[in-house]
Amino acid sequence: MANQLEQQSVDLRWSVPSTMLPRVWGPLNLGDRLFRTLTAVFALLLLAVLASILAVLIYESSSSMSAFGWRFLIDSTWDPVSKEFGALPLIYGTVVSSALALLQAVPLSIGTALFLSEMAPGWVRAPVSFLVELLATIPSVIYGLWGIFVLIPCMRNYVEPILSSTLGFLPLFQGPKYGVGMLTAAVILAIMVVPYVTSVSYEVFQAVPNAQREAALALGATKWEMVRMAVLPYGRTGLVGAVMLGLGRAIGETMAVTMVIGNRSEISLSLFAPGNTMASVIANEFSEATYDLYVQALVEVGLVLLLVTVVINALARLLVWSVAGPSAGARGV
Amino acid sequence: MTAVVCTLAVLTPLFLIFGYLLLEGFSSLNVSFFTQLPKPVGEVGGGMANAIAGSLTLIGMACLLGLPIGVLAGLYLAEYGHGSFGWAVRFCADVLNGVPSIVIGIYAYTLVVLPMKSFSAYAGACALGVIMLPIVARTTEEMVKLVPNSLREAALGLGVPTWRTTIWVVLRTARGGIITGIMLAVARIAGETAPLLFTAFGNQFWQRGLGGPISSLPVQIYTYAISPFDDWHRQAWAGALVLLTLIFLTSLSVRLLTRGQFRAPR
Repeated sequence: MANQLEQQSVDLRWSVPSTMLPRVWGPLNLGDRLFRTLTAVFALLLLAVLASILAVLIYESSSSMSAFGWRFLIDSTWDPVSKEFGALPLIYGTVVSSALALLQAVPLSIGTALFLSEMAPGWVRAPVSFLVELLATIPSVIYGLWGIFVLIPCMRNYVEPILSSTLGFLPLFQGPKYGVGMLTAAVILAIMVVPYVTSVSYEVFQAVPNAQREAALALGATKWEMVRMAVLPYGRTGLVGAVMLGLGRAIGETMAVTMVIGNRSEISLSLFAPGNTMASVIANEFSEATYDLYVQALVEVGLVLLLVTVVINALARLLVWSVAGPSAGARGV
Repeated sequence: MTAVVCTLAVLTPLFLIFGYLLLEGFSSLNVSFFTQLPKPVGEVGGGMANAIAGSLTLIGMACLLGLPIGVLAGLYLAEYGHGSFGWAVRFCADVLNGVPSIVIGIYAYTLVVLPMKSFSAYAGACALGVIMLPIVARTTEEMVKLVPNSLREAALGLGVPTWRTTIWVVLRTARGGIITGIMLAVARIAGETAPLLFTAFGNQFWQRGLGGPISSLPVQIYTYAISPFDDWHRQAWAGALVLLTLIFLTSLSVRLLTRGQFRAPR
């Protein structure tokens, strides 16, 4: 809010309506024009990098795309040995692990964000939000390392037996308990996604004007009712955006997932079964792809991953910006 | 009450991870860890000296690529980015931020490794530079926007041309914030593994020039973690402890230095 006020107030360079500025970009000073062109070129470079990533991936996967066509997305056999590449097991793995991760992460994140914005005393807010952000800075490979040696034994020896003895009638919880598998990947993804959803939700809740809260309280609402009536509905769009940002992160997460998901490119109903996601199959098989079609098929998987992530992130940013302003989420989170 | 439980549940993995790292990794940290090359499989001992040096090399080269473009693009966004082009660049920066790092690895592979026909530090640095680009650009923009307009007007009123104002007054004032933005970006790329898997590739020896495979700390941790050897696991924990400590220290200093500047108003 203060930022917007600042921009509304004194910026004499823009107080002249743009129609009155000379046709050539305002100042006729050569130094100013050169500087502005220089910085504009570098800003254009940023655009160009994104566009070139898309172009490079499309170019590099072109022969795989022409060999498989749309069947690539619906074939369920990923068999490099017999040169059959169908990405459905990978898409399935990505969707299931991300959805499960979000199912676990979103309630926890929104609860934490509510705690930070509504209930925490002032001296608690800064350290706790810093600690949550620290979670986001832990590299993926360290999550994977911890996952292999701490989480997997815990899942194999405690969590999965309990789940199969209580909920074993569901096909979701049947099958051998390896420890590695979709469920463990989902748990690690949830831990990794929580800080992103929390910090963006926190910014969204901060953007709710105090007047809304006070109005609810003045009508006699309890604290929880105030949150439910004033804060949550106002920030609903932003919350959806935060969840989608988390989804975007979960889909693209590579190292931690590669280390705990078991790396078997097959579709299986059981959550205990190993699987593969789009990102993890690239990480595992790219440097060992022995023939061109293999590499191109992997690049095509990367292209699908890129498109899905770009669409989700774009939608998410738009939703968050509509509530919390264009500077929300600028710190790389 | 539920909210407090949520917060505690969210913070528990942080303490668990750091705790296990300290528990498992601290005992393996000694001078030889930082100065020796990895020993052949089966021999106990050795260190990760080449990985640490490789990481520093890659980060330095990535900064050469990412910093000029990032800072200048951020400067453009803050000073001239009020229109639709600025909105488009800002949007692209945020989208680029969310592109999975493995996809950026494929990009660097196609652009650098394939023409050079070799894994190299250049390819790894290209990937890391592209990752750090949007972070540097956005934080530079935010920091330059925080510089009060009165400073610009004072300089302009004294007859300083706009471009000189931007460089000598605005940039100089925002330089602390920009440096913290750079530290944030460095903390992020220091831990990136996926793009380095098939660009810089990894090396068990000292790198010979920048045109060949180069090891880096996160890739070495990954290689050791998925191996079947206990000694390598031990070293992976130690390497992870070193990496995480550096990243935590960087994040802590960034947080301390920008205290009060990013607080969203209520």
